Amino acid sequence: MAAKLFIAVPSKGRLKDAAADLFARAGIALRKKGHERFYRGALTGLDGVEVVYTSAAEIVHQLKTGRVHLGITGEDLIRETLADVDFSVEFLAPLGFGRADVVVAVPDCWIDVGRMADLEDVAAQFAGVHGRRLRVATKYMNLTRRFFTGHGVTGYRIVESVGATEATPAAGTAELIVDITTTGTTLRANNLKVLEDGLILKSQAHLFASRAVSWDAGASKLRAAILAKLKTPSP
Amino acid sequence: MAAESAKEFEALEAQATTLLDTFRRAGYEQVAPSILQPADIFLDQIGEQVRSRTYVFTDLAGDELCLRPDLTVPVSRLYLERHPKADQPARYCYNGPAFRFQPQGGIEAHPREFRQAGIECFGESDKESADVEIVLLAVEAVRRAGLKDFRLRFGDIALFYALLDALSLPERWRLKLRHYFWRPPAFHALLARLARGERPNGDGPVMALAGTLAKETPERAEELVAAYLEERGLPLSGNRSLTEITARLLDHAADLRADPLGKEVATVIDYYLAVSGAPKEAAKRIAMIAHGAGIDLGPALYAYTRRFERLEESGVDLDQAIFATEFGRNLEYYSGLVFQIEAAGVDDAIAGGGRYDGLLSHLGAPREVPAIGSAIHTERLLAAVGRGS
Repeated sequence: MAAKLFIAVPSKGRLKDAAADLFARAGIALRKKGHERFYRGALTGLDGVEVVYTSAAEIVHQLKTGRVHLGITGEDLIRETLADVDFSVEFLAPLGFGRADVVVAVPDCWIDVGRMADLEDVAAQFAGVHGRRLRVATKYMNLTRRFFTGHGVTGYRIVESVGATEATPAAGTAELIVDITTTGTTLRANNLKVLEDGLILKSQAHLFASRAVSWDAGASKLRAAILAKLKTPSP
Repeated sequence: MAAESAKEFEALEAQATTLLDTFRRAGYEQVAPSILQPADIFLDQIGEQVRSRTYVFTDLAGDELCLRPDLTVPVSRLYLERHPKADQPARYCYNGPAFRFQPQGGIEAHPREFRQAGIECFGESDKESADVEIVLLAVEAVRRAGLKDFRLRFGDIALFYALLDALSLPERWRLKLRHYFWRPPAFHALLARLARGERPNGDGPVMALAGTLAKETPERAEELVAAYLEERGLPLSGNRSLTEITARLLDHAADLRADPLGKEVATVIDYYLAVSGAPKEAAKRIAMIAHGAGIDLGPALYAYTRRFERLEESGVDLDQAIFATEFGRNLEYYSGLVFQIEAAGVDDAIAGGGRYDGLLSHLGAPREVPAIGSAIHTERLLAAVGRGS
């Protein structure tokens, strides 16, 4: 039978295993279809659903463009990538895994800096001494901008960082960072501290629905069925 | 929108001819700076606010470039290429595309790609005359393009700085208020703190540490901070020196010792920032506030009055105009007069401009260069003229 609803599920990393557990506990276990490399699957016992395995970042784009009906990905990626979150997706259910805090962290030797408000003063001092703006290393450019704007901090610039962001202040390629942390261990190991009011987002994985796709009767029914299963795990 | 309709294109071209002709006849040389600009300059000088609306990309050589989000910085760079010593006055005009990201993909009033026609005047030391010249020329240009029903809105950053200078408060707090002027919520939060007799930075753990340094010399304070870091195993990183960290702690220590801000100081600032009305009425109100506070706004208020007198003598109808002390708080590089031209029934300004004396030294000029300019949003002007006829 032809698929009526497409659902995107992370194809690698922590989110992949947690998502597999989630569906298994709900009694609609993920099942790969055909050869593994085709990255397609189905939900056991729920006909008409096509599972699309892809990266958490790609899932955001598939939701935005309406190539899938539902998708599991991190709130951090959704809020970072989509210019207008509520216009593009609907938050259906928090899933309790993939937890990570997006935070502002500075070198812990900056004992004169405790809050966001201090950053703007440091930025002014830094510009006077060094002739340039503070550099913030991050892969969360949009979250950073919005958060800093909200706190009236403007004397900075972002340097994009795709890996080992926490090492940039010690390496001298940035002065501070915005990154995700779960336990804070990595930050402490790199002599960084989170600002008192530097929590940008408490993120976790959610089940999202696309607002760019047409929700016909068949798709809506399947969506309700999946949600019901996820909310009442099978014994 | 500019490139999306041939009919619009022809109408815009015809309008541009009129605007540029007006500018050139006034002695402004036409220039065409690069559309592609180095991203660094915009990001380092204007910051992330502009970046969030700017198309930034990396080219094949790995250089970070942007599509210019406006023409003031590109024209300023062009002036500095021609006059690296920034020692000659120059007047330039232009008409060309600028690009800004729009969250909803660009609508008629806020297209992603739009054309700016404008003027920039560099190195004119008679600032009052240059201010008047730019406002008059911008008004003449939109009139010649057919705009009949419009009004002017003014602000003056220099007048606000003059007010802060005249008030009695510690220099650190004055600089902080100046710095925060561009971020109204942070500004009002800071002013409210000071008015309640609190310190700018509150009473966190930082302040406790600062308190222990209060009576020390800078050298001794630096030694104490070094020992503090050593004891806790905190290595220096993040490109700030021990001296910089200590200096801020000493500033906090000075804040702790400073007398609380007089209540009347915050009140005067609040009253001043509430002034809005016809320029003459606003001037009377500001003079009254200054008189009541026992301060002298001196040359800044005189310059304000003279500018409006000269505009009126030149036939600008100021009864319809508005002067608002709050106006201009969203563009950090402005340093003096700011203005915009508003048309009836159009939400966004048709043209805007102002004085930006600090920008050229940030772009590499060896000295501060007096500079003022104005840019017309040509698509909005065309739409407003079309609606008015």
